[in-house]
Amino acid sequence: MDYFIELLFSGLTRGSIYALIALGYTMVYGIIGLINFAHGEIYMIGAFTAFIVATVLSIYGFPLLAIVVVAGVAATVWSSAYGYTIEKIAYKPLRHAPRLSPLISAIGMSIFLQNYVLLAQTSDFLPFPELIPEFAFMEPVAHIVGSSDLVILVTTTIIMLILTFVIKFTRIGKAMRATAQDRTMAMLVGINVNNIISATFIIGSALAAIGGLLIASHIGQINFYIGFIAGIKAFTAAVLGGIGSIPGAVLGSLILGLTESFATGYISSDYEDVFAFSLLVLILIFKPSGLLGKAETQKV
Amino acid sequence: MLKLENVQAGYGNIIAIKDINLEINEGEIITLIGANGAGKSTTLMTISGVISARAGRILFKNEPIEKKPSDEIVKLGICQVPEGRHIFPQLSVQENLDMGAFLRKDKANIKKDLQYVFDLFPILAQRKNQEGGTLSGGEQQMLAMSRALMARPQLLLLDEPSMGLAPLVIKQIFEIIKQINTENNTTIFLVEQNANQALHIADRGYVIENGKITLSGPANELLENSDIQKAYLGI
Repeated sequence: MDYFIELLFSGLTRGSIYALIALGYTMVYGIIGLINFAHGEIYMIGAFTAFIVATVLSIYGFPLLAIVVVAGVAATVWSSAYGYTIEKIAYKPLRHAPRLSPLISAIGMSIFLQNYVLLAQTSDFLPFPELIPEFAFMEPVAHIVGSSDLVILVTTTIIMLILTFVIKFTRIGKAMRATAQDRTMAMLVGINVNNIISATFIIGSALAAIGGLLIASHIGQINFYIGFIAGIKAFTAAVLGGIGSIPGAVLGSLILGLTESFATGYISSDYEDVFAFSLLVLILIFKPSGLLGKAETQKV
Repeated sequence: MLKLENVQAGYGNIIAIKDINLEINEGEIITLIGANGAGKSTTLMTISGVISARAGRILFKNEPIEKKPSDEIVKLGICQVPEGRHIFPQLSVQENLDMGAFLRKDKANIKKDLQYVFDLFPILAQRKNQEGGTLSGGEQQMLAMSRALMARPQLLLLDEPSMGLAPLVIKQIFEIIKQINTENNTTIFLVEQNANQALHIADRGYVIENGKITLSGPANELLENSDIQKAYLGI
């Protein structure tokens, strides 16, 4: 039973990290209908920014809490700046081009960013400083649920609640929903659609950066390639839940995380990806629009 | 109030309007009639800044607006109810109306205007919390017009408000257009295929064919014009 609970929590932890990244995919898709393949790289850049800031600060002996906060803020801001700039450089000029063009541009951006970090940093795995301490009160259950699992779950829950509130009730959230549902009409009621698209990229990037920081300190090492695999997984989760749907991205991520965790725990870690992507194939066959997605109807 | 001078616009390689000249004075109801594909909607979208004009000038209160982005044009007081109504399908009726007042900050007046549109269309008050996409065609048209009114427009652009509606609903919609014009002194630019109804409430009219204005004049004269009777009124 303990083993089951352990797998359950590790699945939820994994799932919530996927969710932080998947939200960026799904929100961008919802607004401009683009799979932003460079989104995984944003997450990687977030992890690297946190790594650099945290390493420097720990050399100077700052307290752990200060390091976490500063590294978190730096990663969020820096990744958001990347997300914003990528949209302006690689996607905005192609706004009216055929759908394939921005997609290819996104893949190009992803390869560029990977290689840029590879050249600027190194291809080796770098040890990530341990930002989340082992809490004393977690001692009795530490063999089942780690402190970092707890921190990740609590942090992502809080972020999801804030995001839900922003999207449902704030002015910018309403404008985002309106733009996603009908861009022409959004323009006609006076929404500056370019600003809304930028805001979407910024919010998505900030979430991915927080995901990058959390997972890097959980696993303890990073390299330039982590964005690729995490990006593909999060994208799978977004499709699983129904791309374009925000609750769908969270649901899909949790299902994917749990599937991987149980497959690893009960069968073999070699089969982790097999199960993850089999799930994608199955959903594409039986419910192509995803669990909570709406079927797109083509009007003739 | 609004003046189009030799306006040209289009999509990709297609030029949809070639040379549009027209003028709308404050307080008027002006109608633009023409067949499918003549360039009516393109004209409205160009005024609203959704499509950019390739040549010519658009003046609103003697100020050129053809280079302005759509949100600034809405801010100036030009609002459009586009063809096909474009209700935000998953926003509630209330949220759709809120979006109409997106650029406004005067909360007290917004509340007053909300009451005003609920008085115009009581059915919307009943359906306040329903998703916009679940409304019937007539109700969606009412919502689309109310949403535009929530912006307190000085110039209201209406694109085929009668499309796909039952005759009784069309009559009601046209009565309300007239009412909006007289009660609030809102200038109205009405694009219609239903030339008969449109010319009956309009002060003046323009006829558009293949992206060009071919005829214009007072609405009652256009109603008598034998070419128009043959081509648009089916007499």
